[in-house]
Amino acid sequence: MIPPVTPKSPKEDFVSAKYSTSPPPTPPSGGWGVITRYFIYDNTFDGLLTCVFDAFNRKEFPDRIVGENTQLPLFTESFTVITDETKSDRVLKALREKISRSALDMLFIDYLSESDDTTIILFRYIRKALTSEFSIEMNFADPDVLELSKIYKKVTREEERMRQFVRFQKTVDGIFFAVMNPIYNVLPLSARFFQNRFADQSWIIYDIRRKYGLYYDLHTVETVQFDHLEIAAETGKLTPEKLDDYELAFQDLWKDYLKAITIQERKNLKLQRQFMPKRFWKYLTEKN
Amino acid sequence: MNPKIFEKLKTLAEAAKYDVSCASSGTTRNNPVKNLGTAAGWGICHSFTEDGRCVSLLKIMLTNHCIYDCGYCMNRRSNDIPRSTFSVSELVELTIEFYRRNYIEGLFLSSGVVRNADYTMERMVRVAKDLRLVHKYNGYIHLKSIPGASRELITEAGLYADRLSCNIEMPSEASLRIIAPDKNYQSVYRPMHYIQQGFLQSAEDKKKYRHTPRFAPAGQSTQMIIGASPDDDNRILHLANALYQRPAMKRVYYSGYIHLNTYDTRLPALPTPPLVRENRLYQADWLMRFYQFKVDEIVDEKHPNLDLEIDPKLAWALRHPENYPVNINTADYETILRVPGIGVKSANLIISSRRFGRLTSDHLKKMGVVMKRAKYFITCNELQAFTVQEAGSEYIRRALTAPPKKKKDEEQQLIIGFEYDTPRNP
Ligand code: SF4
Repeated sequence: MIPPVTPKSPKEDFVSAKYSTSPPPTPPSGGWGVITRYFIYDNTFDGLLTCVFDAFNRKEFPDRIVGENTQLPLFTESFTVITDETKSDRVLKALREKISRSALDMLFIDYLSESDDTTIILFRYIRKALTSEFSIEMNFADPDVLELSKIYKKVTREEERMRQFVRFQKTVDGIFFAVMNPIYNVLPLSARFFQNRFADQSWIIYDIRRKYGLYYDLHTVETVQFDHLEIAAETGKLTPEKLDDYELAFQDLWKDYLKAITIQERKNLKLQRQFMPKRFWKYLTEKN
Repeated sequence: MNPKIFEKLKTLAEAAKYDVSCASSGTTRNNPVKNLGTAAGWGICHSFTEDGRCVSLLKIMLTNHCIYDCGYCMNRRSNDIPRSTFSVSELVELTIEFYRRNYIEGLFLSSGVVRNADYTMERMVRVAKDLRLVHKYNGYIHLKSIPGASRELITEAGLYADRLSCNIEMPSEASLRIIAPDKNYQSVYRPMHYIQQGFLQSAEDKKKYRHTPRFAPAGQSTQMIIGASPDDDNRILHLANALYQRPAMKRVYYSGYIHLNTYDTRLPALPTPPLVRENRLYQADWLMRFYQFKVDEIVDEKHPNLDLEIDPKLAWALRHPENYPVNINTADYETILRVPGIGVKSANLIISSRRFGRLTSDHLKKMGVVMKRAKYFITCNELQAFTVQEAGSEYIRRALTAPPKKKKDEEQQLIIGFEYDTPRNP
């Protein structure tokens, strides 16, 4: 049970709140009876943490957490959470005392999956972590813990695919440019990798779905947005006059190379697609 | 750009394509001074060819001219094929430009033998040296060492390369003598030994001096061709096992023989490469390296060849029904790992989760255990199931090999795995 808390000292909530070791009941799909309690937030990670703060404060726990502008079904109770960094910092601080650094990283990575279904699981996980007497991180028999570890795998897998399938085109001004269309918002996760690996060349990786990119100028990585992106919609290719003189030659060499190393006797298109799903082909130099 | 480069790339990539060892794993190279390139942990597969193989490195030959006449090789001197040679600078440029576009993790360079082993090796080392010293390239480099190359050149190669390899090619010296008369085991084992010494020496120096140049930090690998000679799996896996005992040996690759030189009657006229057997060998290799199996448990005089119908872990389990069923809630890690259907990842999940409470088959399913297989070999204190004890090995074999409802031609295209953590480079 959650002991009563005085709304005036919310900080205490996380430290003193004790929750029974059994997980909080999961609502049946569709919620309890007809009324489902919704929290509405601004889709930021701080916003999610603020949801946690407010929930403890109000002693009211949501069945669903959704982003702004979501059409709510009939018969719902909803509460709009206003993101507040002092609140989210407090939750973060309390959380740090309860779970390891890597579990915390996992929560953030799960959040990048950008799905309302994940958000409520994250919420439940954080709630359990804060109120449980022992660390819940390794308890994979808990459906929420297991589910988050699976989502974590999916998001990091998508990020790995960025490392695999980003293809730079060298532009006339010497910038290496790539377009991607990841299903999760993984660009922030890959920044460090590309910055380390391509430290002596400036590059841009642009997420065409979310309409923002990362730009590395030999010093730092910054976020960029283009109002108007002059690329071929079908292939992500820049127009020839924007390219370095030898760019097309190297693209051709790469294609020739892949053709040359294929062993016809072992042809296995199914296997190729399993490792390199079709949805990535669009922006692959070798497939266009 | 030299227009001939297109022709050269085509010829020399084709010439290199049958070497399967393209993994780019095993090194961590950071890039502290903002040059080009890093290498970390498992290498990245950047593309996949139509045969489903991972493309991680620019796998290419310096030249496909060769003075030798190895029976299994497309580049042997008796073949009348287009021949080409890269200049050092051409290869360096290709590597750098491919790397900058995120096409590759690095370079895997091999070569036909021109003039003699050392002449060839020297040019290969120059490519690596130029990349590292002139272009400050920090990505992955794998150099094949030429059989018979001198200690000096191998030692120099080790300073620039992440990995060196020396292919055994044939699983027995007798077969090598027949099929590749220009080579012998000594010409392969010597460079292997130099690599090992360089590797150990560098580790030793590291304890004494702060700045020791690294020597082939990703160690060495080798490759055996499967099915070109009568050598059985018992022979192959015992040899692999012996090679893995060597301190710097990281990977042994198995390459199903492709009958290229059809005129050569010393070699078997296989209609298709033995891909299922190759797959089984990788699974057996996996069992030795990650599942704590001893080689004798997988093959021996009585069972000299791997069962092509079922994977070697299941085969072992069916030969030893007395060890099952395994109690998931109490058995130790090693025992759980021996359950067909449970891989390294799910075994770890089981061990860490069961501290919180009893696991049921429902939990196992969610943890990725392949219950279709595992159910015959485990108990989790639920209603008594139908295990190998009741069913008998023969029944389970039949149940698990019952023809799946799919097209015939897919059978040749097995994917390494079931519960085996899939190696990226079969
Ligand atoms: S040494 Fe043998 S295997 Fe190597 S390229 Fe020459 S003929 Fe081929």
